[in-house]
Amino acid sequence: MLSVENLSVNYGAIRALHDVSCRVEQGEIVALIGANGAGKTTILNTISGIVPSMGGVIAFEGTEITRMAPHLIVRKGICQVPEGRRVFARMSVQENLEMGGFILSSKQEVAQGIERAFTLFPRLAERRKQPARTLSGGEQQMLAMGRALMSNPRLLLLDEPSMGLAPMLVEKIFEIVVEINKSGTTIMLVEQNASMALSIAHRAYVLETGEVVLSGDAGELARNPEVRKAYLGE
Amino acid sequence: MFLQQLINGIALGSTYALIALGYTMVYGIIALINFAHGEIFMAGAFVGLLMVGVFKLNIFLAMACAMIFCMIMGVVIEFIAYRPLRKSSRLSAFISAIGVSTFLSSLALMVFGANAKGFPDQAFPSQQISIGDADISTLQLLIIGVSAVLMISLEFIVQKTKVGKAMRATSEDYNTAALMGVNVNFVISFTFALGSALAAAGGVLVGMLFNAVSFNMGLMAGLKAFAAAVLGGIGSIPGAMLGGLLLGVTEVFGVAIGYSSYRDAIAFAILVLVLLVRPTGLLGRKILKKV
Ligand SMILES: Nc1ncnc2c1ncn2[C@@H]1O[C@H](COP(=O)(O)OP(=O)(O)O)[C@@H](O)[C@H]1O
Ligand SMILES: [Mg+2]
Repeated sequence: MLSVENLSVNYGAIRALHDVSCRVEQGEIVALIGANGAGKTTILNTISGIVPSMGGVIAFEGTEITRMAPHLIVRKGICQVPEGRRVFARMSVQENLEMGGFILSSKQEVAQGIERAFTLFPRLAERRKQPARTLSGGEQQMLAMGRALMSNPRLLLLDEPSMGLAPMLVEKIFEIVVEINKSGTTIMLVEQNASMALSIAHRAYVLETGEVVLSGDAGELARNPEVRKAYLGE
Repeated sequence: MFLQQLINGIALGSTYALIALGYTMVYGIIALINFAHGEIFMAGAFVGLLMVGVFKLNIFLAMACAMIFCMIMGVVIEFIAYRPLRKSSRLSAFISAIGVSTFLSSLALMVFGANAKGFPDQAFPSQQISIGDADISTLQLLIIGVSAVLMISLEFIVQKTKVGKAMRATSEDYNTAALMGVNVNFVISFTFALGSALAAAGGVLVGMLFNAVSFNMGLMAGLKAFAAAVLGGIGSIPGAMLGGLLLGVTEVFGVAIGYSSYRDAIAFAILVLVLLVRPTGLLGRKILKKV
């Protein structure tokens, strides 16, 4: 469904990604794990088109999207929940969801999308009119996910959804990720919380200073001694 | 006397507010002080004058033409002078803006000459109305009315329409707006178009109010409107409206109580005072770092 080949990205003189290749198949949850600064966010942002690549090819469902503008990539069916949630703080919950449905052509579709988001995250319904900045961290994460789902993406990119959340909420968020996947959305999941990510993913890639160092079946990686030592705190 | 001056102040302040809105919206979205905005206002005044003087259009049509002309002008300026510098430092873009400003006022000097020109009398046959002991001209009412209609329309666009929501989202978070499928380049062009249209209307109204249109009218008006935008809290639309009205009213009262030689200094004195107490301006929010 998505293929990234030999991707290289620089920020000025800083090399963030070097020759990264990975792919995501329809229906999968693919985890991308690695330490802080490894280049996980950079991969997602390059796929989404907000960070330009130096070399390499990104293709989605057979079409090259490497140099496509971000707003067109969303229309292709890829949506991102950015790191740190990035809800529109001064806009209401409802307006944030409306922004998520920006590419939808009819008001009806937007209204249906909002209803779906409220079914998935009932907490948001209660806070419909509140500015997003008044939400708790967990609620903001739900809003960010609900917002991304508004555009009915076929591929959802999730950047550290568990960041800064209490353990109970983390579990809840991961349950919802699985639920979203079961209902047909393919997911690329970036996480520092490697054990949680590997427990729900089908396959995973391990990133170290901008390069893929390991990849494979998520269960196998979780049993790999090196991975256990470096990322699972053993 | 009080009512009279208040109306004078509100009329003047409405025009500051119309110009200030352009500064604040552009700043809100790309963190640039569009130094050429005053010249767009000046261009609007000239287009209005030409439409009335040469093509004998009525004042409302002339204003509409000025607004359309300046919308295009604002979009073109952004495209040529600011967009290529989008990823550069804000200082480079600001210097580019000063360049555009100087270019436009020199161009106007070459084309229209150095003398101020007035609107023909029949452009808007102004009459005096007495309310109590206040003498109010219908021109002032026109200015206040037109400004109010434009500002209410702007508020409607920004709050209720899809593109308005995209403007707010982009001004909060440029990249995330793009991730939602917003074409941020279009939103930026749209913002310049809106701001420039308001400035053009302001230009025509100010041209009639002072009965003078000149190549350098954009400088002082631009500076005062910028002061109004900062006073209200740069980036805040209601702030620009409030700041403009407040400056206009204080300026008029300052002159009325005998400080007429300080007329232009009053705006900046208030600005300094308010910023000392509230660095973010009256309705400004914490200044966020822009991408
Ligand atoms: N906007 C930027 N400008 C310069 N360097 C950046 C920028 N964003 C990220 N980097 C650098 O690129 C590398 C990868 O960062 P990132 O993709 O954010 O890693 P991760 O998401 O895995 O923590 C890091 O060394 C980081 O410092
Ligand atoms: Mg990251």
